[in-house]
This record gives sequence, structure tokens and C-alpha cells, in this order.
Amino acid sequence: MSVLRAIFRIREVLLVLAIAGLLAIVSAARPAFASPGNLAAIFTDTAILVMLALGQAAVIMTRSVDLSVAANLAFTGMAAAMLNAAHPGLPIGVVVGACLAIGLALGAVNGLLVWLLKLPPIVVTLGTLSIYRGLAFVLSGGAWINTFQMSERFLAFPRTELVGLPVLAWLAIATIAGASILFGWTAFGRALYATGGNPTAATYAGIDTGRTTCLAFCLSGMLAGLCGYLWVSRFAVAYVDVAAGFELDVIAACVIGGVSIAGGIGSVGGAVLGALFLGILKNALPVLGVSPFWQMAISGVIIIAAVILNTRTERSRGRVILKRIDRLEGVRA
Amino acid sequence: MSIADLSPVRADPPAAPAFCRLPDRGRSRLAERATSWDALLFVLFVAIFCANALASPYFLDIWNISDATFNVTEKAIVALALAFVILCGEIDISVAGTIALASTVMGWLAGTGASMPAVALAGLGTGLLCGIVNGALVTALGLPSIVATIGTMSLFRGLAYAILGDGAFTAYPAGFAFFGQGYVWEWLSFEFATFLVLAIAAGLVLHRTALGRSVRAIGYNPAAARFSGLRVARITFLAFVVTGLAAGLAAVMLTSRLGSTRPSIALGWELDIVTMVVLGGVSITGGSGSIVGVVLAAFVMGLITFGLGLLNVPGIIMSIVIGLLLIGVIALPVIVGGIGRRVSAGRP
Repeated sequence: MSVLRAIFRIREVLLVLAIAGLLAIVSAARPAFASPGNLAAIFTDTAILVMLALGQAAVIMTRSVDLSVAANLAFTGMAAAMLNAAHPGLPIGVVVGACLAIGLALGAVNGLLVWLLKLPPIVVTLGTLSIYRGLAFVLSGGAWINTFQMSERFLAFPRTELVGLPVLAWLAIATIAGASILFGWTAFGRALYATGGNPTAATYAGIDTGRTTCLAFCLSGMLAGLCGYLWVSRFAVAYVDVAAGFELDVIAACVIGGVSIAGGIGSVGGAVLGALFLGILKNALPVLGVSPFWQMAISGVIIIAAVILNTRTERSRGRVILKRIDRLEGVRA
Repeated sequence: MSIADLSPVRADPPAAPAFCRLPDRGRSRLAERATSWDALLFVLFVAIFCANALASPYFLDIWNISDATFNVTEKAIVALALAFVILCGEIDISVAGTIALASTVMGWLAGTGASMPAVALAGLGTGLLCGIVNGALVTALGLPSIVATIGTMSLFRGLAYAILGDGAFTAYPAGFAFFGQGYVWEWLSFEFATFLVLAIAAGLVLHRTALGRSVRAIGYNPAAARFSGLRVARITFLAFVVTGLAAGLAAVMLTSRLGSTRPSIALGWELDIVTMVVLGGVSITGGSGSIVGVVLAAFVMGLITFGLGLLNVPGIIMSIVIGLLLIGVIALPVIVGGIGRRVSAGRP
């Protein structure tokens, strides 16, 4: 156990070092980059990615994957914007509550299909990815909801400053705190690790692995719903293609953070640092004068490097009789 | 064998009943065929074909149907190869990224004044190279294919963006248009003819050779395959390389058909292609599936897209239909199997 802990620690230390190195390189060229104000701005910019990565981490931990988060975000964001356009007087609490409920419902559809019908998660979420985004189109008729159709309060909520940080950043911090408690201190958190680590053993230990997986999908869906409102409000526009392809960024953040796609391994700190690393990189490239068109290729290289690193560390756990087969057994995503 | 046995999802085997009635003879081959996954797809195909013919007066026209094959052929060619990767129990998400990179390399080469064969070969070569990178990451470094190919997807398309930026290549040598726009006989396009030839080749390899049997063995149980002396890593590597090559070929056809390259070319195709393979009855966990199924799935998807297009349904609505079809078609055998088991359990 202490060996495992050490590995976890190394991963997070590694990421902190990588982030520090990145900041050092950028601030050598542009000293203002590492100023507290700019770092806070980057954190706010990355807040949505952090929250989605935490939900995704729970799903990946159970040997599943949720490809539908960005589509869920787009649908819920559109619903929130239309709700606001139709009833501008509605309190923000109601809008946020509706978003959480819609996101939860969409996540539950994924979870129930995986739990009750035992369908492979990757296929289910591949299907719901198209369906949810299509439904966003059906809902809006392809129209955009623009800034002037959104009420003052709807736009102002994530931007409101509280003790130096906007509400958006505080929501991310609250999610990180909530996830730390959920993963580390509750029976559900233990069930998550057990379900992904060894489903057979988990079942014998009395854990309902299907239910745990379903709840993980619900959590991911709920966070995606919340982020739907935050995204639309932050960018002050809602359209069908909002956050297209963002699910891959979210998965990348988890993988960089050391969450194993084979399930059972991962930490809140890792997922958060993985998301922050991507966020800082995204903000650093333009500052360094690298063409933004290089960003995709660079994040591809970083994802591959992170996966190689993950696979190396995971190999050292347990007794490996036949390396190749040991790996294949684990990759039933 | 029933539909449930052939579904892409391997259901847990039902608990053995206390008293088992042994049938005095096995089910006939005809009965087996009639309840197979391919038969289900074929019925679906005929139903959609008839529905299309009834819904639109413009559908039953050989040129219209020939035109309809274009929007699906390039994806179907990649799906034929990807089926082997998925049968091995792996996945390749990077196919659309490979198409984008191959198309960009071709456009760049064409811009330097290279000849037509050189441009086409460069496209195929780029695809091959991308396949080798994927194969090496998965088999030599032992990475889980889903995350490794998410990484390479970003890398390949990212390189296309890095080379092209927000520009486009539009100059291609004379004769290059044939690959995507040419006809070999009357209404039979070069693209579709190539697809048919490749489909027959893929079917023969999968169902009539030792290699095809090995691929399924690896997907069904990699450990048993390894202990049976199969070269698991080498065969898996080969599947990735062939998929890269197929993506290269698709890039040649698509680029030739569009006559231009932007870095966003073939965006989102990986989902369509994976859907095609899974809809074709290939188990996403590997080990079972048929080429006939993949070909039928390609036709079904092509017909739905084309038929809804004739009815002026927007493309995004089609994606709902495809998504529902994907989930419905894998959920159906599970539900039918569950009801069947309950009925037979209730029997005295």
C-alpha cells in the first residue's frame, strides 16, 4: 500500500514540477505571466475543464468512459439559455437547479444503459454523444441565443467577484473539495476504486458494481449540466456546436493526471493538476509566440507522453506473469 | 444460436437449468442464418430501402443511388480495416486525424508541383506511417489503444493545422480528380468499385484464412491466443497498419472528390466509422463479427443519410437517428435475450 501511495505522490509531484517548469519558461520570456492576477485568470479559464475532469475521473475509475460530456454540456447550456430567454425574471438558483437536473437525467440515461443492459460504455456514450447534440439542435431549431437575449443576472453570476475570485473559480474549488471528500472519505468513493480495481472482488465484497458505475455517470452528467450553464454564461452565446470535441480535452486531462483508463487508479489531485496543466499550456503558447495552430499537435504529444508514463507506473503494481496479456486484460474499456 | 448469441455485446452465459432438454438434432443452417445479426441488418436495409422508395419519388434512380454511395464509401473503406482492429479487442480513434494529415501532405506536395502518382502515393504513405505509429504505441509500448489513439488523433490533426493554419490547398495535378469523381463503368464509380473489391478481400481474409481466425481468437481471449502460440503483438500491429493505410486511401479519395484540403477535413468521422463497425455486429470488446455485417451497416447508414437528405432533413437530425440506431441495435439482442430467458425459465 505504501508503494502505491508513493506512486500517487510521485505523479502529483511530477505534475506540480511540470507546471512549475512551464511557468518558469513562460515567465522568463514574459514576467507578467506568473503574476497572481494572471494565474487566477488562468484558473478561472480552466475551471470548467477542472469540474468536468473530476466527473470524468469518477467514470474512468470504474473502467468506463463518458464521451457524451461535451454534448450534454451543449444541450444543457442551450436549455438554460432558452429558459432564461423565455423567463428573464427567473432566479439564478432555479436555472442552476434545472441545469443540474437536466445534466443528471442525461447522465442517468448513460448510466442506466450501462448498468441494466450491460452495454459497453464506450458504445453507449458514442451514441448519446450524437443524440444529445442532435437534441440541442431540435430544442433550438438551429438558432443561436445571443448576449442581448440573456438577462443581466444570468450573465453576471459566474463573473461576480467573491474575495478576489469570480464565482466560477469558487465553484471549481467547491467541486474539488466535494470530490476530495467523495473519493477519499465515503463508501461511494471506496466502491469507485474497488469497482475499477477488481470488479469480481468488489462484487464478493458486497459492492454493487453496476450501481456504482451508474452513479459515476450520474455525477459526470450533473457536473456537465452545471458546466453547460457556466459555459453559456461565460461566453455569452449558446449554439449547437458549443464545446465540440471538448470531451477529448476532458479525457486528456484525466489521463495526464494519472487516472488509469484500465480503472481503479486515480486521484482528485491528479485530475485537477492534469486539467490545470492543459489550461496553463493553452494560455502559455500564445504568450510564447507559438502559433495557436500548433496547440493541438503539442497536446497530442503530451497526451501520448502521459499515457506512456501511466503505463510504466501501473506495470510495477502486482505480479506480472505475462506482460502483454496483463495489459490486455485491463483494457476492457 | 439466436440473435442474442451473435450480438456485439457478450452477455453472461445463463445459469444451467436443473433439467436440460437435449434437442434430438441441431438447428438447421437455414434457421441459424435466418436469425443471425446479418439477417437482421439485411431486413433493416430492405425496410429502409422500401421506405425511401415510398417517401421520395427521386430515390429509385440508378444515378441518384450511385451518387448516394459517395457520402459513405470513404468511411466504409476505413470501417473494413477498423473492423480488424476492433476484432483484435483494440480501437483506433485516430482514423479521421490520419485522413486530415494525409490530405494535408498531399496538398502540400501538389503545391510543389509533384506529379499525380507521387501525390497519391504520398497520401497512402502518410496513412501507412500513421498506422505504424499507432501500432507501435499499442504493441511495442503496450499502451491502451483508446487513449493512445486519442493522443495520436490530436497529434495528426494538430500537425495538419500546424502545416495549414487557416489556409487551404486547392491546386491538384491533372488526373487526380479520377480517384474521387471517376467512373469505371457507366454509373459504377471508381470509389464504389474499389470498396466492393476491398470488401470481398477483407471478407476472404477474415472468414477464410488462418490470419482471420487468429484475429478473432486474439480479440476473444488474448491470453489463450498467446498461449496457443499466436503472435498477438504482430497481428495487432498489422491491423493498425492496415487501418492507417485504409485511412490514407480514404484521404486520397476524399481529397480528390472535394478538390481541396482544409485541416478540418473529415472532422468527426471517427465516430461515424466506429458506429459503422459496431452497427455491423462487430463486438466492441473484440472476438466476433463479420465483414458482411460491416458492409450492410455501411449501406444502412448511407441509405438513412441519403434518404433523409432527399426529405430535406438536416444533417444533425440524422446524427440522432444514427445514435439511436447504434444504441437500439446493441440493446435489442440483450432485451430479446432477457425476455427469451425469462420465458424459457417460466416453462414447466
